[in-house]
Amino acid sequence: MEKPLTEHIRNDHTWLTLKEYEKTGGYQALRKAVKLPPEEVTKRVKDSGLKGRGGAGFSTGMKWGMVPMGKDVPTPKYFIANADEMEPGSFKDRLLLEGNPHQLIEGMIIGAYAIQARFSFVFLRWAYHAAAKAITGAIREAYEAGYLGENVGGSDFQLDMSLHISQGRYMCGEETALLNALEGKRANPRAKPPFPVVSGLFGKPTIVNNVETLSNVPHIIAKGADWFMKLSKTDEGGTKLYGASGRVKKPGLWELPLGISLREILEEHAGGMQDGYELKGVLPGGGSTDFLTTEHLDVAMDYTSVAKSGSRLGTGTVIVLDDKTCPVGMVSNLEHFFAQESCGWCTPCREGLPWTAKILDALEAGNGKMEDLEVLTFQTHYMAPGNTFCALAPGAMEPLQSALKYFREDFERHIHEHKCPWK
Amino acid sequence: MTVEKIFKEKEIREIQEIHRHFPVKSAACIEALKVIQKHHRWVSDEAVRELAEILEMSPEAIDSVATYYSLIFRRPVGRHVILICDSVSCWIMGYEKIVDYLKNKLAIGYGETTPEDRFTLLSIPCLGTCDRAPAMIIDEDLHQDLTTEKLDKILEKYE
Repeated sequence: MEKPLTEHIRNDHTWLTLKEYEKTGGYQALRKAVKLPPEEVTKRVKDSGLKGRGGAGFSTGMKWGMVPMGKDVPTPKYFIANADEMEPGSFKDRLLLEGNPHQLIEGMIIGAYAIQARFSFVFLRWAYHAAAKAITGAIREAYEAGYLGENVGGSDFQLDMSLHISQGRYMCGEETALLNALEGKRANPRAKPPFPVVSGLFGKPTIVNNVETLSNVPHIIAKGADWFMKLSKTDEGGTKLYGASGRVKKPGLWELPLGISLREILEEHAGGMQDGYELKGVLPGGGSTDFLTTEHLDVAMDYTSVAKSGSRLGTGTVIVLDDKTCPVGMVSNLEHFFAQESCGWCTPCREGLPWTAKILDALEAGNGKMEDLEVLTFQTHYMAPGNTFCALAPGAMEPLQSALKYFREDFERHIHEHKCPWK
Repeated sequence: MTVEKIFKEKEIREIQEIHRHFPVKSAACIEALKVIQKHHRWVSDEAVRELAEILEMSPEAIDSVATYYSLIFRRPVGRHVILICDSVSCWIMGYEKIVDYLKNKLAIGYGETTPEDRFTLLSIPCLGTCDRAPAMIIDEDLHQDLTTEKLDKILEKYE
């Protein structure tokens, strides 16, 4: 089984230096790419079927293809790696950032070349200190080796890259909020359209891609779209970093073919549940995805199949709910997170999330009423996609709406027993 | 009467160096706040006013940015800042016991600082190390797989 993203990453996560990365074939894809017309690079990424690994799952090649090209377009254009991994329960980009920063940087340079960007940023969350050291060192090495600067890889293409370390807030992961943060402002989301591909950082065409997405790019250019397509078990190309956390025997992170079953991740890779614990449900792709339950264990963990089963692949990092953990408490923890991280820009999110969190607190404290469940259901509609400025509140409603569906009895027990049955 | 400035020359140079790189001065706001925090541990009202002059922004505009970002401290913090993850995987794995232990041992709550300014206790969203929950960061050090037994030894390292 091929593991292009992680095969060279060491167990202690010390980063591969430029020399070590070059020995694995590193920067050959970049040398190849800068000899191609930029549009051809975009086409090859599009043909590979690569979809955004940050959660939304949009075609990467298609996104690049929306950037205005040619002479009479606004410049400078910008290319940004979103390394603001803050989705609760997600810990996949950290490995790529710490273990193989040059793989990301090469992917960014190739992407920047494809859209003819002049400046590039890694937008990193503050908490990833080891990643900050690795990226800083790797950018310096890439400059020294001529992969960044005036003549990238010996071509006429010029690109500068720098690291921005963010100062917190989940909102920064939303791409338009991220742009505001890079401009030194509050990270509120922007109205779309215009989309960042047309009007992004400082009003110029900008691409924002996730770390895992970009780390795939050198391999696609080096080995081709067909090879990439065959890595997966579905018609959505590539491998995927899958993780599991919670009361499983071996929590961890694994690079596996895209479309592997949830059962295989949990039973073979995570080693099954810890002794004395039963599986009750999972959030398949981070805190803002809908619960799946034991009836969904054979779902293929690709974008289309997880969506069909009523959830989202999201970040592919599975959070496991066991039978000794209260599902209402778990949802309450999540809604407190989302309420705290709401930027307050639009009303449904600013008012709806704290309201939701308070109701869940009341339920947990044994003070809930049956009408509260109706209010919670109302909230899931009130903060549905389309009613808010960005995806934060709709994402927050996903674990809630599915918990109300699958664990309704548990909500009702809190009301009838006037306490949390798990306490 | 002149008010004594709190910024040292070195700081001002660092801030000016940042805004040189941006198309507009105000874009340096967050980076400049980081510089201030590096030198003073937190960002005081006086610092906000002085930064406003340098970046040609209103103090209110600076403050709206400073108060937005949870890792810009607008109140004094201790020599060591404990940031404990309170997100979902750490919650499942029992972070609440860890927090209760810390609160008892240090005799402070969230947002408070111990006497002699040794520790400040804060929560932080998911630290991205969920396979090794519960987790916390002290200053820049990540501590994983926490148990109450481990905590005493960890805290000893921070004077």
